[in-house]
Amino acid sequence: MASIEEGGGDSHKKGRGVKKAKRLSTRVDMTPMVDLGFLLITFFIFTTTMSTPSTMDLFMPKDTNKDEDQNKAKESGALTIMLGKNNVVYYYEGQLAPDAANFKTSNFKDIRAEIISKRKDVIATHQHDASCEKTWAKYNGDKNSCLDRDFVVVIKPDPDATYKNTVDILDEMTINGVKRFAMVDLFPQELELIQKTEGTYVAPPAAAAPAK
Amino acid sequence: MPSVKMPKKSTATDMTPFVDVAFLILSFFMLATKFKPPEPVEITTPNSVSTKALPENDAILVTLDSAGRVYFSMQAEKDPMLKYTVIKNMNDTRQLGLTEAEMKNFVKTTSVGVPFSQLKQLLAIPAEDQRNVKQAGIPIKDSASNELTYWIRDAVNAFASSQKKINYLIKGDNNAKYPQFKEILNSFKRNDIYKFQLITAVEDVPAGTELSKERAGQGVKK
Repeated sequence: MASIEEGGGDSHKKGRGVKKAKRLSTRVDMTPMVDLGFLLITFFIFTTTMSTPSTMDLFMPKDTNKDEDQNKAKESGALTIMLGKNNVVYYYEGQLAPDAANFKTSNFKDIRAEIISKRKDVIATHQHDASCEKTWAKYNGDKNSCLDRDFVVVIKPDPDATYKNTVDILDEMTINGVKRFAMVDLFPQELELIQKTEGTYVAPPAAAAPAK
Repeated sequence: MPSVKMPKKSTATDMTPFVDVAFLILSFFMLATKFKPPEPVEITTPNSVSTKALPENDAILVTLDSAGRVYFSMQAEKDPMLKYTVIKNMNDTRQLGLTEAEMKNFVKTTSVGVPFSQLKQLLAIPAEDQRNVKQAGIPIKDSASNELTYWIRDAVNAFASSQKKINYLIKGDNNAKYPQFKEILNSFKRNDIYKFQLITAVEDVPAGTELSKERAGQGVKK
């Protein structure tokens, strides 16, 4: 026990008339100390940053106006994902049809399935050629390295998309192993389409996701 | 009459073990704690599956808050002279009319989020009190008045002279809008910087995806 023995040692006899000195307890009241201790604990708990932030790499291409420098995406392998208001995602495969028939609405949960299925499609329709062998050699025989080479995701956030949406969709690229993706601006007709779709929204917006 | 005396039991408990535990926890937190760096605004970063650690030093950090305001800060704790070089250069080229004391104050300032026109006003306030000041954000809108570009340029030049590899960090709030983010990217691009690191919180990889397979594969190899 950490308590300290009281008194003791003083054993010589005192005269009869001498009053006994009142023994003072050496026991200290610990309560204020505990109070202070826990106060400090709470302080440190609140100020501490437990979750260490991580970083996500983002490489942007150099802006170029020269046509020959632009990366050309094969129409068959392209998936365009547009980010709209209220976490809504729009997408279409290949080129946007003039009547916008292939313009679809989705959300951040379902877009993953779409990316995966598109990637599978691209791999299934892959046309083998000699340049593939070189790529395989480079990636230690990883066949997917060449099979999905035509798969390009084009990300087009609209002015109402949030930063979180942008990061989420970039993350989706990492999650699904999409090697080629680009972040570009919307075409005017795409923006118009999105706004038309959003214009049909009635409050609340969640109920309005049109099933196409 | 002799009666059986009941031994008096004290109601006061021995607090000592309690204190022991309390101080053990306390010392743990004191040692483990790393204080949150003072920030002008509260930022809630989005989550990502990336696990790359955040570089501690030698970085240019651009913060974008939920209202679209932009803050610039240089992380150069090992070499405070770098920040001084930046502000001195900025003062000379943009005729800000800063005094020596104000430039010294900039070294202590963690982040700046005001247009050049209000910089003198901000730096007149001691660094510790600046967080109470509402900062308007660095203008990024169009290329003519994009002041972030100049901040980045000067900071890059200062770091270049010290032969250090620098990181370009962007810390955005969940609710920040994309156009502002794009303008920040453009400011970097104008300085021929194309590689960024976005600060995010860690999130689990969804099961059954390409990445989870890849990471599981790496785990086996190790």
